[in-house]
Amino acid sequence: MADAEFSVSFAGPLVTFQDAGRPGNMRYGVSASGPMDRLAFDAAHAALGNTAGQTAVEISLGGLMLHCKEGAVTLAITGGDFVVEYAGHKTSSWTILTIRKGDRLAIRAGKAGSWAYLAFAGALQSKTWLDSQSTHSTSGFGGGALQAGQSLMVCEAAIRDDRLGEIPKPDFTHKGPTRVVIGPQDQCFAKNVLERFVSGEFRVTDAYDRMGMRLSGPELALDGALSIPSEPIVRGSVQVSGDGVPTVLLADHQTTGGYPKIATVISCDTDDLVQFRAGQTLRFSPISPQQAVHEARRYLVQKTQYLEQISVARGSLEQRLMRENLIHGCVYDE
Amino acid sequence: MEPQFKAIADHALLVTFADEINEAAHATVIALDKAIAISSPDGFIETVPALVNLLVSFDPIITDHLLVEARVRACIQNLKTQKVVGVQRHVQICYEAPFAPDLEAVAAMEGLSTDAVIRAHLDGDFQVLMYGFSPGYAYLSGVTQEIQVPRKPAPVRDVPAGSVVIAGSQCLVTTLTMPTGWSIIGRSPTPILTGNPSHPFLFDVGDRVTFERIDLATFERLDKGTAHG
Repeated sequence: MADAEFSVSFAGPLVTFQDAGRPGNMRYGVSASGPMDRLAFDAAHAALGNTAGQTAVEISLGGLMLHCKEGAVTLAITGGDFVVEYAGHKTSSWTILTIRKGDRLAIRAGKAGSWAYLAFAGALQSKTWLDSQSTHSTSGFGGGALQAGQSLMVCEAAIRDDRLGEIPKPDFTHKGPTRVVIGPQDQCFAKNVLERFVSGEFRVTDAYDRMGMRLSGPELALDGALSIPSEPIVRGSVQVSGDGVPTVLLADHQTTGGYPKIATVISCDTDDLVQFRAGQTLRFSPISPQQAVHEARRYLVQKTQYLEQISVARGSLEQRLMRENLIHGCVYDE
Repeated sequence: MEPQFKAIADHALLVTFADEINEAAHATVIALDKAIAISSPDGFIETVPALVNLLVSFDPIITDHLLVEARVRACIQNLKTQKVVGVQRHVQICYEAPFAPDLEAVAAMEGLSTDAVIRAHLDGDFQVLMYGFSPGYAYLSGVTQEIQVPRKPAPVRDVPAGSVVIAGSQCLVTTLTMPTGWSIIGRSPTPILTGNPSHPFLFDVGDRVTFERIDLATFERLDKGTAHG
């Protein structure tokens, strides 16, 4: 199979290479990184028929423009509701298309969502650090951020006509308030502050990147001591700084920190949360650790089913036309 | 204090041994971290040692908070009382200009000569407390009393990787160019991010660290072969 080569005509800030991430290094100060929206990332690869966890491009609201210099490749774009323009056509994310030499592809912020994923039917090349090409955005280690003028290589680029078209969006994710387990430093907050946290409405501020999402809303005053001994942090930790402002820590979070964590977002609710944009509002709903584990298991079953469904090739255009003719034929026969 | 167990979301448990930083609690954290690594129970993903507590992260599909707590309690019961002895690591340091912009300020604050500050730093009994903030940022305890200086009121920007910085009882060797409010007393050519895939980070939590003084010419010779990061 031949390779496909693109040049980056434009890349907004925080457009990065991401694979499934590098778990297991938090003890050395390295968060797992990987995609902000893991479901959309997995969907892009599943819909292309790729092996899970391959390297893709994560696209921020800043957008990305590519120019195909050599070869041709089928690619998937998922996540949020982004605008996709290619070779004179206009569509939106959750689509599979083929780009050929000379074509241009633009992906930019649309009606909703903060992160989109661009996956290729082939092996996207970038730098590896600690066995992963995921970009750790604060250090720049791993694949790195895309820059205008840079070239993108896709090795063993394939054309998969039987996969072109729209990708069904997931419809099984939790609707309603973002679910959290209270703690682990809830003892640092008075009872009425904890009540304010679960009853109040919070707004996403523009202090939002791969490290975390700062919120505005009811002040969450700390009870007494301002600092605790630095403690481990996870993706989803809601830490409250000395001025009572909460921040949800995300893919490239610091691994330890001395601000108390009032609650932690459960893992299956972080993918929806990261697609929020500045100005959007959200609420938190507390659940027990047992419920959280139950939800994680239920979510995995649903996610696995969904990914299996979208990974089935729908057939080439010709095959699909044939199928439609047969169906029409049946109708006439009756 | 009896160990406290707190659930974190659906996928982790925080085991805490003290409310405030103390040596015994940290020694227990390190010992428990080792014990869990050896027993490697089903569903465990990783542990993160910190100052007074240990994060145990797990796969909620395989196990849950209560099962993990039971396994961790069993490990705690079997902990040997003797402290885990960390590996002795060596870090070279050059205290000469232009690598030590705050050496004179530290000396002035403490009423010492710069040579006395250097001797005091070399005399420190350093141990790796935990990593945090950034990849490879290892917080070392053990700066001697006579050169324990507070953080600066405002951080200084663009402090180069390899800078050796101190604040209070802690010392660290920076791994990235970034702002810091700590006092910069030297520069090290010893990579903390080793670039060696089988041992990518120089220290493990609990290791002991000795600084070894080198002159500018030696630094320049050594640093040529080193790319931080």
